[in-house]
Order: sequence, then structure tokens, then C-alpha cells
Amino acid sequence: MSILEVQDVSIVYLTGDFKEIGLKEYILRKLRHDYHVNQFWADRHITFTLERGEMLGIIGANGAGKSTLLKVISGIMEPTEGVVHREGSIAALLELGSGFDGELTVRENTYLRGAMLGYTRRFMDETYDSIIDFAELREFEDRPFKQLSSGMKSRLAFSIASLVRPDILILDEVLSVGDGAFRAKSEAKMREIIRGGATTILVTHSMEQVRDLCSKALWLHRGEQIACGTDVDAICSRYERFLAGKETL
Amino acid sequence: MLEKWRKHRFLFEELVKRDFKAKYKRTVLGMAWSVLSPLLMLLVMRLVFTRFFGRGMEHYTTYLFCGNLMFSYFSESTGQGMTSLMGNAGIFTKVNVPKYLFLFSKNVQTLINFGLTLCVFFLFCALDGITFTWKFVLLLYPIVLLMVFNIGMGLILSALFVFFRDIQYLWTVFTQLLMYLSAIFYTIDGYSETVRKLFLLNPLYLFIRYFRKIVIEATIPSVWFHLLLLADAALAFAVGAWIYKKYNTRFLYYL
Repeated sequence: MSILEVQDVSIVYLTGDFKEIGLKEYILRKLRHDYHVNQFWADRHITFTLERGEMLGIIGANGAGKSTLLKVISGIMEPTEGVVHREGSIAALLELGSGFDGELTVRENTYLRGAMLGYTRRFMDETYDSIIDFAELREFEDRPFKQLSSGMKSRLAFSIASLVRPDILILDEVLSVGDGAFRAKSEAKMREIIRGGATTILVTHSMEQVRDLCSKALWLHRGEQIACGTDVDAICSRYERFLAGKETL
Repeated sequence: MLEKWRKHRFLFEELVKRDFKAKYKRTVLGMAWSVLSPLLMLLVMRLVFTRFFGRGMEHYTTYLFCGNLMFSYFSESTGQGMTSLMGNAGIFTKVNVPKYLFLFSKNVQTLINFGLTLCVFFLFCALDGITFTWKFVLLLYPIVLLMVFNIGMGLILSALFVFFRDIQYLWTVFTQLLMYLSAIFYTIDGYSETVRKLFLLNPLYLFIRYFRKIVIEATIPSVWFHLLLLADAALAFAVGAWIYKKYNTRFLYYL
């Protein structure tokens, strides 16, 4: 039984004049027939499956539909067409800093983030120490979160998401932050998690990481699925040739 | 439902804690301020309006306080609730959590404020020579319904605020107007029968009226009155819940 099945998923994304608009402007634009809503396919016919312990690397240029696909996988959005079937819990690793509250202390933020990711208080009580130790933030735990450097913040975000054990872990461009030492540590942690049987989805612009860590790769380009398979090295190489302009689609 | 509650209880508690800290961190007086501000309002009204509206009226202070108590709970709850969804955009666009939790968390806070002010209210009642009867238990009815009504309005407003950013200013003006229409410092006895009926269309007036009936007149409102209140609260809640359900996965397009 696959832990994650994405079957022929297509997602319409809306954008246009309705963003950041006031009621006054809305009415004026409606009257002037100057109100436009654009629909476009952020993702089109995406199909793949993930088994327990597999790690999928999603690659593609900006605007390829990676983030939208992740939103559908984590249940924040619904697919317009197609089906997403998940077994077990999903921990979406938030982007850096988002969802943290600058005024709260590091400890309070850790609990809040743990709660967002769906863990129980008892679980957080048990794992709190190892989270703080892994993030190397012991001396900061009662300081306001806003005093941390961006590297520290991402270390904390990574530690919370990785020390708790979701069935599906989503990492959206997080491994590329932190200093060299922490990066090595976090990659080691990733491998440990994968060996522990967690299924992981990694979104990154680093082909090195994909080659190194992933057992499967998915290449998206403007919402289309260009390639998907276990031949990670070949897909990465083709993508690199494409980026260098040596290959067209 | 129970299963869902158990799953999200921890998050809810942490959100309540966060909102609480955010609110009282920078104020010197802290929670005392929440009680003090309606009291100051009451004081000013008492001083200014007694000569015009309170003449020959018994328990005018209690009359005013009933109005202020209910109305400030409503305006605080809806005013703060409005920004609850937008303010947590960073969370719900990244994690799949029930979006109404943000509003509920804000409402816990305003409910606590209301509870504190209610205690002061009873104190004032005693000072004003009000006799406490068993009927005071019935005050739970409008309190619970106002809570439901506030949550419903909060759901509607917080969704609207995501769609239209200028709702905030419109709502401030609207609450101001509603305040004057809710007979907080005057009585409606001087109006014609038809105008008096029109006041029944204002839910806030109903909530305030219920309180005054029990506290000042020691009479229980009619069954129809009860049903009218219930209908208002249920309607607001149903509309709010419907919007949240409909736009659950679409709010993020607007951000």
C-alpha cells in the first residue's frame, strides 16, 4: 500500500484584481468593467506514488507549481481534478519564520509550532529537550523569538519538524539554510529519518541534495510533469542541461 | 466532532495563550484595563446623560451599565475577531488547521473580559439597590446567545476582511451607528408603536433589553422574545459557518 498516491492531479490557481482589494475599489472596478480574475493551471496531470521510506525530490524553475502541489498534498488546498490519497500524518515544514510569533519566547514558539503540526502536549513535553538541544538554542530558550538570527530560526524550524515523527515529512527549501556545520547535521538527520521509515518530500534548487538524498525525482515545468522516476541522476542531469540551455522540452 | 476537538485542543490552548500574551504584554494595567475602560465609559455617560435621559428614572446607572456591558462585549469581540483570520495567514496558508480556531481563541479572551466586567456589574447592581432574585440565573440565556452571535459575526467579518480590506473602517462606523440605535442611554418609550417595533430588529437592543427586564424589572421576557434572540444568534452563526465552509480552501487565493 502506497503511503501517498497522487493520481492525475490538476490544480487551478486564481489570481487577479481580487487580491488586496477594498470594497470601494471592488465596486468601482466592477462598474468600469475593469475587474479581472485570471485562472490558470498551476499543476496539470501530476501522477506519482510514494512508498514508505522513499524520498522524493521535486525540482523545477520558479513558477513550476511546486508549492501549489505541496499545498494540495498537505491538504491546505483541494485539487481541482484528480485524487490525493494519503496514509498517516503529514508534517508540512513551514517556510522560515512563518507562523512563528516574534513576541513569544523560543520555548513558547516551539510548543505553538508543535501544536500546529498536530502533536500532543505530552509528546512536546517529552521531546522539547531534544528539539532545543538539536537546534543548539539552549541558552536562548526563554528569549523572545525575534531576537534570534534567521539561521537560528531555521534551525529551530527544522528541529521541530524533524524530531517529531510524521509519516510524511515535507521539506520546502529548508536544507539550504544554516551554516555548514548545521547543514551537515541536518542532512545526517534527514538520512536517519528516511532510514527510520518516514516518507519525505524535498523541494530544493540544489541538484546535489537531490542526487545525494532522494530515491525518486519529479521535475515540474510550468505545471507540467516533465519527468518522474527513480532514475534520479538522469532526471537531474537532464534538468541541468535544460537550465544551461542545452536542451529544450 | 469530539475527535476533532481532542486533536486540536493543544493548538487551541497554545493560540489562546499566545493571544493573551500578545494583548497584555505591553499594557501597564494589563487585564485591569479591560474592566476599567467600560467603567470609564459608564462614568462619562452617567455624568453627561443623567440630566437629559435619566430624569425621573429609577436605577439609571444600572440601566446604562446593562447597555454598555452587552454592547462593549459585542464591539470588542467583533472588532478583534475581524482580524483574527488575516492575522494568522502565515499559519493557515502553510498548515492544514481548522481556521475557525483563530477566531475562537480571540473570543475566549473577550469572553474573559466580559466575565470580569459582569462581576463589576453585579457589584454596581448591589450598590444601586437592585434586589437579586432567582431570575438572575436566566441571564445565562442572553449571555450564551450573545457569545454565539459574536462568534457568528466574527466568522462573517473575519472572512469579509480577507476579501475586502476596507471593511475594518466601515465596521467601525457601523458599530458607532449601531451603538446609538441600541438605546443604551435613552429609553424608547417616547417613540410611537411602529418605531418601537423597529427596535426589535436590532439584535443588540434585544440582548440589552433582556438584561434590563431581568435585572431592573425582575420580569421574564416572553417566549417570543426568547425565540427572536435565538433566531438572531442562530442566523449569524449559520451564515458565518457557511462562509467558512465554502471558502475553507479558497481563502489563500486572497492573500
